[in-house]
Amino acid sequence: MARLLPKRDAVIIGLGWTGSILAQQLTDAGLNVVAIERGPWRDTSTDFNIAYMQDELRYAIRKDLFLKPSTEAMTMRNNAGQTALPMRDYGSFLPGDGVGGAGVHWNGHTWRFWDSDFSIKTHLTQRYGAAKVKNLQLQDWGVTWNEIEHSFDQFEYICGTSGKAGNLKGQIQSGGNPFESPRTRDYPTPPLRMPYAPTLFAEKMKELGYHPFPLPASNLSQAYINPLGVRMGQCTYCGFCERFACGNYSKASAQTTILPVLMKKPHFELRTECEVLKVNLTPDGKMAKSVTYIDTHGVEYEQPGDMVLICAYGLMNVRMMLLSKIGTQYDPVTGKGTVGRNYCYQTSAGARLMFEDKHFNPFIGAGSLGQTIDDFNGDAFDHSKLDFVGGAGISCTVTNGRPISNRPTMPGTPRWGAKWKQATVDGYGNSMGFGSQGSSYPVRENYLDLDPTYSDRHGRPLLRITFDFPDNDVAMSHYVSDQLEKMTKPFNAKFAGVARLKKGWDSVPYQSTHNTGGAIMGSDPQTSAVNKYLQSWDVPNVFVIGASAFAHNAGMNPTGTVGALAFWAAEAITTKYIKSPGALVPG
Amino acid sequence: MENTSRGLSRRRLLASAAALPILAGTADGRTISGTVPWSPFAGAPPRPVNPLGWYYFTPVEAATVEAMVDRLIPADHLSPGGKDCGCAVYIDRQLAGSFGQADRLYTKGPFRQGLPTQGYQGDLTPAGRYRLGIQALNDYTNATYKKDFRALSAEQQDEVLTGLDGNKIQLKLKPGFSTKQFFELVLQNTMEGFFADPLYGGNKNMAGWKMIGFPGARYDYRDHIDKHNVPYPKGPVSIYGMEG
Repeated sequence: MARLLPKRDAVIIGLGWTGSILAQQLTDAGLNVVAIERGPWRDTSTDFNIAYMQDELRYAIRKDLFLKPSTEAMTMRNNAGQTALPMRDYGSFLPGDGVGGAGVHWNGHTWRFWDSDFSIKTHLTQRYGAAKVKNLQLQDWGVTWNEIEHSFDQFEYICGTSGKAGNLKGQIQSGGNPFESPRTRDYPTPPLRMPYAPTLFAEKMKELGYHPFPLPASNLSQAYINPLGVRMGQCTYCGFCERFACGNYSKASAQTTILPVLMKKPHFELRTECEVLKVNLTPDGKMAKSVTYIDTHGVEYEQPGDMVLICAYGLMNVRMMLLSKIGTQYDPVTGKGTVGRNYCYQTSAGARLMFEDKHFNPFIGAGSLGQTIDDFNGDAFDHSKLDFVGGAGISCTVTNGRPISNRPTMPGTPRWGAKWKQATVDGYGNSMGFGSQGSSYPVRENYLDLDPTYSDRHGRPLLRITFDFPDNDVAMSHYVSDQLEKMTKPFNAKFAGVARLKKGWDSVPYQSTHNTGGAIMGSDPQTSAVNKYLQSWDVPNVFVIGASAFAHNAGMNPTGTVGALAFWAAEAITTKYIKSPGALVPG
Repeated sequence: MENTSRGLSRRRLLASAAALPILAGTADGRTISGTVPWSPFAGAPPRPVNPLGWYYFTPVEAATVEAMVDRLIPADHLSPGGKDCGCAVYIDRQLAGSFGQADRLYTKGPFRQGLPTQGYQGDLTPAGRYRLGIQALNDYTNATYKKDFRALSAEQQDEVLTGLDGNKIQLKLKPGFSTKQFFELVLQNTMEGFFADPLYGGNKNMAGWKMIGFPGARYDYRDHIDKHNVPYPKGPVSIYGMEG
């Protein structure tokens, strides 16, 4: 029997980016909030210590800050004809663990999805006709660019994002991204200083007639004080960003932007190392009344709340809904049901260039340090004569030269022995790369549900991922790879090659921790799990916040849009919901 | 809702426990309110390994792995060999610790033969994979050359390693654990030993970092980022302050 605790206004599951933003905004509105976090408390001075954070083995290879599969694994298969098996170690993507979540070890790429993303179905149908997208399960998100633009602005100013505006209220700005949707003001801090490789990339792209701009970075180019009064430091280009926490207070995370203020509030309480098992509903299934969680002694507690905000990693949000019977499981055969629908990923490829006498100093890097072109992203280019929709951002980033993982050699070189040694010495400082990060569009057969065989340490079923790259996305990626090949020519490199995407998603090599969808937002309760305010259609005192709400994934990193959705949902709760609890959109 | 908040706050005060920050032991769930928690020595700095002796390997296993790492990373003008760089010591300490015991991994059954896209599906821990793999390797070399792997000539050792790498030799392992997977595990761990911070037992005198020009744990390159196409002038430093 779980021990019953006093009721709170809001119970938040997970204290990563979205949980911290919601907790901050709701406590500011006077609510009494408890957050329940499965992992440990972590903070910069103790856990992200500058004296030993630069440890590739511990953090990048042994994944010290990541979720352990022994805590929660997932099963995967490429299609419904296969038997899903557990990913016994996480490889293709790496969910976070503990306070700050995946926002601790992200790279800091802070993109805004475009106006054409939020209304993608309408946009593509109007431009190319319905037949063009008939094999895809694309949907409008239910929210429009003009409604949500200020939420992106809020997130960027919390983070202190370093960048250069490309479109200020409709006016194209030289040096910024001309394809971005209009923004009301510039980034809070100027772009990072560029090392050699992205500088060379930008020069060559300009020569080809493209539009390079500095990648928007939440690794800060200069010291900054955010609107909450939290101070951040200047990035030192240390080369230990993705997979690491920042020891310099210069990468935006919950720890470096929100928690110093939130944690001091008396009407906020955090319980760490406590795992929520499920959300408990009233007998009619129409309202959430509490969550049940278990502490490290195995003691179960019931925490009642007037509302429950599911703010875990996107995939875990979907699992929590399924375990709690919030909404109906999506069925890929009938297309009915909404939870698990429109699971998407990211569709990437890369170019590698090897030179003889260049010094790129690859270890001088930062998570978001680079130059990008969006000339082939989204619908920035005409698809009317192409057999696909979507596109990819193409970036030259210099994130690290950490040698266990990052030591390119000329193709054909053995992977060990004397020849390998010489080729590694020759290749290490002489190589640069750039890559495409492509959109991932939903199809009927890619989805999430609960695994029938495998369970976690508490006996609850694991999440099952059924996914492969859809033909549309493979065609898109190959078209963009053709462009990558052309783009390598002006560099006059000793070697230039493009690694192309292959059908058959492989869960082993790292690709991207950009898992989206499964509890998508929209304007129709038949085809979306949450409404435009990320409120469950089925259980209106539950909000589900994260990349789980993305109706598709664009050719951009998701965190900027995740942060914007968190501020957007928080605003709906504090300005609409608490005045009149209930469904914010008639179902 | 505002009233509810205040009501709950009073009750929480009476309950006393929730009104003050409670920092329970690390094995327990913990409740934090009204403070940014901090306590001295709460971090977990890495502990340098003791370089003497073997913690996991038997003497035969240790000698086999020393011979393997010395062919994967042979001594030449670029660096000492894998053995002298401590790669076998590194692997031994990793296998004796949480990596070797698969502490992080999902180890519940049923164990089924998987597809390549589903990754390793065997029931052996990394330490168990080494034990079986080394035994099977010596069985193979004894059947073929009538010698343990470590007693073969360098050319013969390279021939065997090339066979493992290229799927030309099939060792007697077990379902879910292929010869290729054994080779990949050894190769990956050897490279880790050569390029990880020296505190883990390998990369002795930062030989791996010096070979390629990686500056190690410096953490601040603001003075060089604008110097395009200019080699970085400083040698490596390690986490515990060794300078080379």
